[in-house]
Amino acid sequence: MTSKPKAAPPAVIAQGVDPRTSAAAGDMSHANVPVRARPSNRLMRTWHYLRRRPPVLASVLAIALMLVLALLAERVAPHDPVKTSFADLLRPPGVPYLFGTDQFGRDLLSRLIHGSRTALLVAFSSAFAGATCGAVIGVVSAYFGGKTDLLIQRLLDVILSFPLIILALAVVAVLGTGTFNVILAITIPTVPRVSRVVRSSALAIRQMPYIEAARAIGAQHGRIIFRHLLPNVMAPYLIMLTAVMGQAILLEASLSFLGLGVAEPTPAWGLMLRGGSLQFAERAPWLAIFPGLAISAAVFAFNLLGDSLRDALDPRLRIA
Amino acid sequence: MVPTLFGVAVITFLIMRVVPGDVITLRYAGEGAFVSKETLDMERVRLGLHLPLWQQFADWLWGAVRFDFGVSMWTGRPISHEIAIRLPLSLQLAIMATFIAIVISIPLGVLAAIKQDTWVDYAIRVFSVGGLAMPSFWLGIVLLLGLLIVFRWSPPIVFTPLWQNPVANLSQLIWPAMTVGYRYAAMVTRMARSSALEVLREDYVRTARAKGLSEREVVVRHAMRNAMLPVVTVVGLEFAFLLGGLIVTEQVFNLNGIGKLTLEAVLRRDYTMTQALILLLAGVFVVVNFLVDLLYIWLDPRISYD
Repeated sequence: MTSKPKAAPPAVIAQGVDPRTSAAAGDMSHANVPVRARPSNRLMRTWHYLRRRPPVLASVLAIALMLVLALLAERVAPHDPVKTSFADLLRPPGVPYLFGTDQFGRDLLSRLIHGSRTALLVAFSSAFAGATCGAVIGVVSAYFGGKTDLLIQRLLDVILSFPLIILALAVVAVLGTGTFNVILAITIPTVPRVSRVVRSSALAIRQMPYIEAARAIGAQHGRIIFRHLLPNVMAPYLIMLTAVMGQAILLEASLSFLGLGVAEPTPAWGLMLRGGSLQFAERAPWLAIFPGLAISAAVFAFNLLGDSLRDALDPRLRIA
Repeated sequence: MVPTLFGVAVITFLIMRVVPGDVITLRYAGEGAFVSKETLDMERVRLGLHLPLWQQFADWLWGAVRFDFGVSMWTGRPISHEIAIRLPLSLQLAIMATFIAIVISIPLGVLAAIKQDTWVDYAIRVFSVGGLAMPSFWLGIVLLLGLLIVFRWSPPIVFTPLWQNPVANLSQLIWPAMTVGYRYAAMVTRMARSSALEVLREDYVRTARAKGLSEREVVVRHAMRNAMLPVVTVVGLEFAFLLGGLIVTEQVFNLNGIGKLTLEAVLRRDYTMTQALILLLAGVFVVVNFLVDLLYIWLDPRISYD
């Protein structure tokens, strides 16, 4: 128990402390001591946490920067990303084209900025959809156990035995290219991977007394799953969500590079490495360098954040 | 293992049948010629596409268990032949990349664990996180570009088998093996580091130290052997993946391997070819997984499967 009752706003006093248990524990003098001793301001505490961990801070800042660029692409980008200019073909980096131009005279920097929109859109939606479906399936599978669990796990085994890129390729082959289909193609292989991890956490939580208590007072399955199990697998869920995000960016870039992702003239990083950049690479190496750097930086930031989250929330969890 | 393989077969078969437009329409539409409906129907009969779905599936599965996948719907040549002529390249590349990865990653991973939280550890971690973040196809592009700009040289385009001309063979395949190997090494390094960290905290390591063994002996004889278990899994699965998963890298280096075959089959809606390849790749995955489990028993006598 904490011994410093100062600096806590009245609202948090005694919150979460059950007077009966405190009393029973012989802790009577501190019965109304706040649970948290630190300043309760969430923002401040987050800041204190980040300040002591530069890699985490760097990844958070990088992701925030990417988000801002993606959201304000029209305002931030110095040029029109799809406007061709035959007077400015393959200009090297300099003024006014900071990162140079491509073989159609389009500004590379503006295309990179607009490309972050595609990358983040695909990454966020597929990671969110995949991780959420995976988490629900994992929790349901763990909760019901027995035959249901066996059936779901065997089914996931089958999906897991397709290599990631092969499965995504097959999905795109079936549905065709386009942003939505790419999101779907990345979501599907994500589901079983997240589901596995979440299920193993949920199996442990299922044994907890509070689940038994919920069942004893007659709570329905749906209520136990959504009110008691799901909130308690948030740690593995968040970790997987971040880890999947980096993978999704990579996968989207690969698919776009193969011509199976988003279609021209939408600016996408993988697409920018395709075709022209290889053909003109010797004369204009910047065409090949910058988009790859953008992909690497984005994936690096998400992976780093995922790792730090894992270290902070659940050091024993391994992401396979 | 068998039910999983069967499930893989069902999904593989179905996924290609819900595709809008079949190989026949695509093939003739691609040539831009007008073809009467009768000709199209005749072609469908020739390829067996008019039969009921379950019969097509049964025929195909019966062939697949005998490693007879029929003929490619696109080129008309036997699929097993098409795969066989490309397998040496993919196999060699997978072996080379695995070799590179293991040689780099295991010493690095263990070193990072021993020197945890020093600059050595940080450098190795940056190396491995970087390897996971960089798309290997981009690394390949940069490598080719570097060779071209600095040495005015690019690797040969035509594949020469290793036993015919080892120099020509290696000067072509070493580059893709390196780019893939880096990514692979990054993965294994991470795994080796975290598992070595765990093992170094075990009681038997403390016992080994307490009885006065040199640090070198503690690490090599007691820690390493136990730390290698999870590493084996990663190496095994990644090897299975490399056999067919180099779709993007093969594209960059213009290699005619299994990956390129897969991509072409998917783009051309070559049902029979795509099915055979996906089934094979997933099958290799399942089998390797099984072998890894067996290897575990051999490596760690405490593990047993009932």
